[in-house]
Amino acid sequence: MNPTGAPGLRKKDFASDQEVRWCPGCGDYAILNAVQTVFAELGLPRERFVVVSGIGCASRFPYYVETYGFHTVHGRAPTFATGVKLANPELSVWVITGDGDALAIGGNHLIHALRRNVDVNILLFNNRIYGLTKGQYSPTSERGKRTPSSPDGSLDRPFNPVSVALGANATFVARSIDRFGAHLRAVLKRAAEHRGASFVEIYQNCNIFNDGAFAPLTDRDGRHENVLYLEHGKPMRFGKALERGIAIGPDGLPRIVDADKDDAAVLIHDESQESPATAFMLGQMSPPEFPLPIGVLRAVQAPVFDREHASRMERAAATPGPDLAELLRGPNPWRV
Amino acid sequence: MTSSHGPKATPPNRQRLTEVTVRLAGDSGDGIQVAGSQLTATSALAGNDVATFPDYPAEIRAPAGTLPGVSGFQLQFSSHDVRTPGDRPDALVAFNPAALRVNLPELKRGGVLIVNEDAFDETSLKKAGYSRNPLDGDELSEYRLFRVPLTRLTREALADSGLTTRQVDRCKNFFALGILYWLYSRNVEPTVGWLREKFARRPELARANEKALRAGYNYAETVGIFQTVYEVPAADFPPGTYRNLDGNEAVALALATVAQKSGLKVVLGSYPITPASTILHRASRLARFGVLTFQAEDEIAAVGAAVGASFAGALGVSTTSGPGMVLKSEIIGLAGMVELPLLVIDVQRAGPSTGMPTKTEQADLLMALYGRHGELPLPVFAAGSPGDCFWTVLEAARVAIRFRTPVIVLSEGYLASGAEPWRVPDPEEIEPIDPGFLVDAAEFSGVYARDPRTLARPWIKPGTPGLEHRIGGLEKNEKGEVSYDPANHERMVRLRAAKLEAIARELPPAKLDQGEEGDDLLVLGWGGTYGAVSEAVARLRDRGRRVASLNLRHLNPLPRGLGELIQKFSKVLVPELNSGQLQRVLEATFHRPLDGLHKIQGQPFRVYEIEERAEAMLGAQP
Repeated sequence: MNPTGAPGLRKKDFASDQEVRWCPGCGDYAILNAVQTVFAELGLPRERFVVVSGIGCASRFPYYVETYGFHTVHGRAPTFATGVKLANPELSVWVITGDGDALAIGGNHLIHALRRNVDVNILLFNNRIYGLTKGQYSPTSERGKRTPSSPDGSLDRPFNPVSVALGANATFVARSIDRFGAHLRAVLKRAAEHRGASFVEIYQNCNIFNDGAFAPLTDRDGRHENVLYLEHGKPMRFGKALERGIAIGPDGLPRIVDADKDDAAVLIHDESQESPATAFMLGQMSPPEFPLPIGVLRAVQAPVFDREHASRMERAAATPGPDLAELLRGPNPWRV
Repeated sequence: MTSSHGPKATPPNRQRLTEVTVRLAGDSGDGIQVAGSQLTATSALAGNDVATFPDYPAEIRAPAGTLPGVSGFQLQFSSHDVRTPGDRPDALVAFNPAALRVNLPELKRGGVLIVNEDAFDETSLKKAGYSRNPLDGDELSEYRLFRVPLTRLTREALADSGLTTRQVDRCKNFFALGILYWLYSRNVEPTVGWLREKFARRPELARANEKALRAGYNYAETVGIFQTVYEVPAADFPPGTYRNLDGNEAVALALATVAQKSGLKVVLGSYPITPASTILHRASRLARFGVLTFQAEDEIAAVGAAVGASFAGALGVSTTSGPGMVLKSEIIGLAGMVELPLLVIDVQRAGPSTGMPTKTEQADLLMALYGRHGELPLPVFAAGSPGDCFWTVLEAARVAIRFRTPVIVLSEGYLASGAEPWRVPDPEEIEPIDPGFLVDAAEFSGVYARDPRTLARPWIKPGTPGLEHRIGGLEKNEKGEVSYDPANHERMVRLRAAKLEAIARELPPAKLDQGEEGDDLLVLGWGGTYGAVSEAVARLRDRGRRVASLNLRHLNPLPRGLGELIQKFSKVLVPELNSGQLQRVLEATFHRPLDGLHKIQGQPFRVYEIEERAEAMLGAQP
């Protein structure tokens, strides 16, 4: 992105005059905070941002950001965002969605926006529950979850959002956590810089209907013992003293090794691998067996859908051909 | 062909006709539509007025020789103004027994019947449900039957073509076409030119089809199978440049015109569906005119992208047919709620559900008028003829942009693939469209602040400094702030509805197409019934009947003065290809009972159907 506009904006310049009405203690506040901060740092003028959302708690987001915003219908935000980019590829478009919005009613549009590689940034707030409709299980809820619509425990097997994105051949896939402000801001910045569709799953705490869902990751010990911070070119080490590492065992599956003893076996993270295989493997890892990898799992280049449309239009306009009068006359006119 | 060396047969009589209706029928793989289109194009080039009705099965290739697999193409060409593809054909070409069985009941007594006698073998006869060969008995004695060994003659003509038998057999449609060209004194050259262009990369196929065409023509001439050949002199058109145009092509041309006249990028989000798909096909070749086509993952995404594009300052358009329209309804509601321009074109087909996807109907009117949750009246326009699709879409785009509203355009399968000569407009004569974007923050007084005349809100392109704003489906006040205030909701619902009144003020008032106020009967139709209604009323008037006609393009808002106009008639007939949807709307709006004529067969009206009903309503001639 071209930072020539660099208008010296600050976080507060992206705060709208609307009262933020999420529940006190909701993880969404932290994400809003991070997004506003990152917007100010991107060097783009305020009017170039468009925030598009579907329906759900997360989807109230556009009202709270002082940019162009469109709160649309349930699950379809990627379609509107695609239209915005087709009309004007110069805009920086952000899709704000939740696990129900993006993966249940909107699953189809999510995978197609990703496979086409539309240059939008999709932030999926995953709290593994339906908040706005008061606590039903979502497509990311664990099996057996007891909710008002599943009093005996849900029978659904959950989606792993990162696997869905990788399965759709997304060119940028990352994961972060609402409570990890600095990490989240860094990931959002990377997403903004990526040309093509960026998919960021953000674990988000719903303190009303699913409080503490991610506590094992975010509490004092959890952030060291249960989280693997991925960095491009760096070994996959984790633990308080980075004493453990991820390696591939003789069965081809990931295993945990003593990183100090077996340093050579520890995998080096390469987010730019064309094959999504390693990213997929990482995306599937989770506690208690493995630490949860967060950061950029995959970042590769591919043709950008809206840019390609735009250049096709430009080429067509520049190619000699019929004018409107000739078009209307068609190939075989006759005069009376 | 042995006969070409023999003596020339006696020259036939030459007879002038003012109008002819021809139907070709065969298997869906027989090239019926191609042959029909060529006869149409050639007739149009000869100066006739033409109207066509392709009628094909839903299956890409139904089992050969079966009744459901019969594909038909009917056209009427004439030396006067024709408004329909004709009622009963004067001539029928049947490529096989199934085609004969399906179409014979429609052929006029004494009509020309050309059959491919080679196709009347035992298996084919059985497939068509014939226990014995109808060509051999006297059951066809009421028609002028011409038994042509079409397959054999085509094979003989192309014996040295080097093509496979299968390829040769596929040329028999052009052999048959050659016979028709002789019968109706047509020039083969335009079709020869078309073949050479069409098969530029397969010259051997171009040559074979050309040879078949000429062989058919020569066969008819030399064998002298017809005692009479016909001439239909050119029609008396108003001066101008003309072309042949079908309804879906007309829609695509209108989109290019809108883009050029408004300076807006037109973003067409669409998902393939019969019979709307060819709009997407044609529009996808219009990038140089500013039309961007997006083939979405589904109908919802198609219209979502269109609305997103409109939000970003393009004109969003979505084309579909009935079942797709259903899926779009939530997002059309959102577009109405956020008051953005949007064009939705529904090419109606026989429903409900998959219904009869290749057949025509007018049964989506009530859905277009009311098919949204909550209360959100939207403009609904309907095209009256293939060429009128151009003008209807152009007007709908103008209204959508000026009033910041979705506009629904109803076309019909019958218009989509039917063709007619169309007087080509000079683009200079088409008024520009001003998108009227708000660019100056000093003039901004609220996202939903309204122009007092049009009730339109400002349209602001993202990227415009100082005018950042948020829109969405939640109820809001004029400033754009979300509001659950009960009184505000009622006011906003009424305001959105009042936009229709503002639109009505700028559209032309109700006006009769034919006849005068106070005639004994008004025939009031909408959309594609225009042709049959006006033709029927013209014939009735020629016979001295006091009948008026009116075709509605604007279904919502209805034209000003329509209620008063209807009251001037003691009898009103509303013909529709549904069970009475417009009739119901008019009765509820104007508080008077009307008579309906309802046909729900997937087929357009025949002129005589309307004529007979009108006669019955009028009673004996005084």
